[in-house]
Amino acid sequence: MMQSQFDIVVVGAGPAGMSAAVEAAKHGATVCLLDEQQRAGGQIYRNVAQTTPAQAKILGKDYLAGGRLVQELGQSAVDHRAGVTVWNVGEDGAVTYSRNEQAGQVRGQHVIIANGATERPVPIPGWTLPGVITAGAAQIMMKSDGLVAQNAVLVGSGPLLYLVATQLLAAGAPPKALVETQTRRNLMSALPHFFGAVKDWKQLVKGMRFLVTLKRAKVPRYTAASEIAVEGTDHAQAVTFRAGGKDHRIETDMVLLHQGVVPNTQISRSLKLDHRFDDIQRCFHPVTDALGQSSHPLFSIAGDGAGIGGAKVAAISGRLAALNALASIGKIDAGLRDTQAAGLIRSRQSELSIRPFLDVLYTPPEEVFAPADDTIICRCEEVRAGDIRKFAAMGCDGPNRTKVFGRCGMGPCQGRNCGLTVTEILAAEHKRTQNEVGAFRIRAPLKPVTLSELSALSDTIHQDKTQ
Amino acid sequence: MKSSSNSATADTIVIGGGLHGCSTALHLALRGMKVIVVEKDRVGRHASSANAGGVRRLGRALPEVPLSAASAQMWQNIEALVDDDCGFVASYQVKLADTDEQMDQLRARAQQVRDIGFEHEHIIDQQTLRDLVPAVSPACIGAMAVKGDGFANPFQTIKAFHQKCKQLGVTFHEGSGVDRIERAGTEWSVQTADGTFVAPNIVNCAGAWGGKIAAMLGDDLHVEARAPMLIITEKMPHFIDCVAGAQGIPFSFKQFPNGTVLIGGGHVGTAHPDINKTDLNFEGLATYAKTAQRYFPIMKNAKIVRCWAGIEGFMPDGIPVIGAGQADNVFHSFGYSAHGYQMGPVCGKILSELVIDKASTLPIAPFAPTRFAA
Ligand SMILES: Cc1cc2nc3c(=O)[nH]c(=O)nc-3n(C[C@H](O)[C@H](O)[C@H](O)COP(=O)(O)OP(=O)(O)OC[C@H]3O[C@@H](n4cnc5c(N)ncnc54)[C@H](O)[C@@H]3O)c2cc1C
Ligand SMILES: Cc1cc2nc3c(=O)[nH]c(=O)nc-3n(C[C@H](O)[C@H](O)[C@H](O)COP(=O)(O)OP(=O)(O)OC[C@H]3O[C@@H](n4cnc5c(N)ncnc54)[C@H](O)[C@@H]3O)c2cc1C
Repeated sequence: MMQSQFDIVVVGAGPAGMSAAVEAAKHGATVCLLDEQQRAGGQIYRNVAQTTPAQAKILGKDYLAGGRLVQELGQSAVDHRAGVTVWNVGEDGAVTYSRNEQAGQVRGQHVIIANGATERPVPIPGWTLPGVITAGAAQIMMKSDGLVAQNAVLVGSGPLLYLVATQLLAAGAPPKALVETQTRRNLMSALPHFFGAVKDWKQLVKGMRFLVTLKRAKVPRYTAASEIAVEGTDHAQAVTFRAGGKDHRIETDMVLLHQGVVPNTQISRSLKLDHRFDDIQRCFHPVTDALGQSSHPLFSIAGDGAGIGGAKVAAISGRLAALNALASIGKIDAGLRDTQAAGLIRSRQSELSIRPFLDVLYTPPEEVFAPADDTIICRCEEVRAGDIRKFAAMGCDGPNRTKVFGRCGMGPCQGRNCGLTVTEILAAEHKRTQNEVGAFRIRAPLKPVTLSELSALSDTIHQDKTQ
Repeated sequence: MKSSSNSATADTIVIGGGLHGCSTALHLALRGMKVIVVEKDRVGRHASSANAGGVRRLGRALPEVPLSAASAQMWQNIEALVDDDCGFVASYQVKLADTDEQMDQLRARAQQVRDIGFEHEHIIDQQTLRDLVPAVSPACIGAMAVKGDGFANPFQTIKAFHQKCKQLGVTFHEGSGVDRIERAGTEWSVQTADGTFVAPNIVNCAGAWGGKIAAMLGDDLHVEARAPMLIITEKMPHFIDCVAGAQGIPFSFKQFPNGTVLIGGGHVGTAHPDINKTDLNFEGLATYAKTAQRYFPIMKNAKIVRCWAGIEGFMPDGIPVIGAGQADNVFHSFGYSAHGYQMGPVCGKILSELVIDKASTLPIAPFAPTRFAA
């Protein structure tokens, strides 16, 4: 039977989770690393170990940098379980998952949550039509299945938008247009942060290179676009918007939306850890200290799941969380933890210097937080922005109460797609802060599981007890 | 502590804004009383919105049968009471049996109910069962059935009762709980962090927290907070109208009009009533999943969307406390032991009779608070 007790369990095998697991194993801890993908790598280094030379050319040099981490992981003593979907994390450190129709459970004395980020939902008219997906989803299709979106129109803002555009270009499928929401005002307010960013000029140069490449390929770019909508009855047919004082309409059956990424807080919310709203990144973060320790002694959080910082920051924070976990279960002493952590914290600081610049430059437009009344917010139950405003007028003062008023957030996604928007709308209606309004309560399963998978769990638990 | 910002007087103060508190307030207001409801969290935040929505006379403890039957009549006509149908769908509740021994147990039970004068429980054979519930496992050989039972929507119900109360002039104070109750002459003074409320009558509808309120009023009533759990699936094509349970096994199963399937029936997690928190127990949930597949093979690949638990008050003998306390003009109504949703409409009426007429038209002696006195 498979081992089920570990010193440390890590959820998520992206840069944060991989480096946390490797670091912890280096210090002699028994470690179990769980990830729903078939291979280690996370969002950015997805499938890095399997990439063909042709794909490598499309995805670029940065992508391949992940290979080294994957290699270290392979050589370590970490028990890496791939293709497992974690659907519950218990307060006692029990992590429940399913794999191939079977359920399993492992228990850690300390658990490191490294489940990364998700794309911010972009509720615009027509966003629920087939043919509208997120830019990240398009990238995943490219990385995992080699599928390339043809004639796509990319809509939104943020570095990933350019990255996916250049990747499409390299794959021989130039996007039809880039419709960007960031304005000159974003640039003006971002400038003061520029001097923070020049410390990290390499990343800035990388950003410029994307733009130059797109310009050379003559991909039309529209900036400061507003009133964006997707037209179509049963499939996307066109994107319409206003830019430069004119109305535009671009025909396409493939729209890729993106407005940045936000921490995936499903696990930390389900554990009722403390969260705080970040006014600049416009999303909730679980509250952690410099090492990633959360408000519950058994749990640390590393990587984008604790706050968006990018892949390099994620890898550093993974190591910090490992040191924190090791010290908290007595594998290393506090002195060793602190000396090793000091250098890591410094290098994370310098990696983070570009963040304020990017955060301000790519702040999503107000339209994203205050969609028009007839825009669908909750896709699962088809609740519209206007409904939520109506609930607010009737006294609904928090996301959980929108369930009572109109089933908002009660579908299979458990509010992943509507949570932030609901918080923003209620905050605006009641003139309160997002912290005061709060977020949806999250309950197991974090991802849908079948009844047969769940019933298989009783055998697993039973075997565990009789061992 | 915050300084008192509210202070108000009324004829009756209801403590607890669950379905029982709201129903009590509603019936008192219908008879012209001025009522204040004090709720520590939000109206309906606990058992009254977490529940399974089962509207069931079937299988009730015998003392509950007359109350439950009266409540069933009110459910048939719930719109007349609260201007909303509460999502009530009447069909059948069935209790499945897969052995002869279980069939015998069900027959004996139906006889007991007939003996006290109620005819609603019927035994049905395998063919009738299959006609009624085509999706049921062929292993089931019959069932006990109650026609006219069914389910309603808990969210819609608590919202409708709450709105109707407000329309009738009931005032609600939400967000801070009662932490002190004092006698002031012939009145009761009820204190929260947020205000002081004064009235001659008090009704304790504090659910799993009812024992604490009882203690403030001089009554020693032990209620245990437990956390019954539920599972809900993704929307499935419509395949069942009835609500199904099973003889001898904690199990309850229904499909809502939107296609989602709810599975529950008695497995509990851990309740932490002091911090409004529940923990799920996966062994219990896994057992639900097994049981559901056993009786309904169609469920094997159904996807679970969410599991949750609610905090509910359980009495040692499994039936609620309904009746007067020792002190003057104090009444208790709590500890519904995981089956108080169906009884919401009638128990509010009973409490209004106790407050105003000092007696109820229904037989409530078995629920007397004094039954636990040593
Ligand atoms: C869609 C998307 C595309 C991106 N593309 C790029 C890019 O091309 N270049 C770039 O520089 N940055 C990109 N980023 C940002 C970059 O991915 C992150 O900064 C970085 O990967 C963060 O690392 P992490 O370890 O914190 O999280 P991730 O790399 O996201 O790793 C988290 C891992 O947790 C796993 N996981 C989550 N929940 C569960 C669960 N319940 N059960 C099991 N496993 C689970 C996921 O499968 C994933 O492998 C992208 C982000 C997103 C959301
Ligand atoms: C998961 C689950 C499934 C169920 N399924 C069914 C079913 O299918 N059919 C059925 O008939 N029944 C069912 N029940 C039982 C039913 O939900 C309850 O019996 C019923 O809702 C109890 O109502 P209540 O008003 O007494 O309690 P509650 O709804 O719990 O209300 C009590 C209120 O008192 C408040 N309170 C407590 N202390 C204080 C204080 N100091 N000051 C102010 N306010 C206070 C609480 O905050 C709470 O809101 C189920 C219960 C659960 C948990």
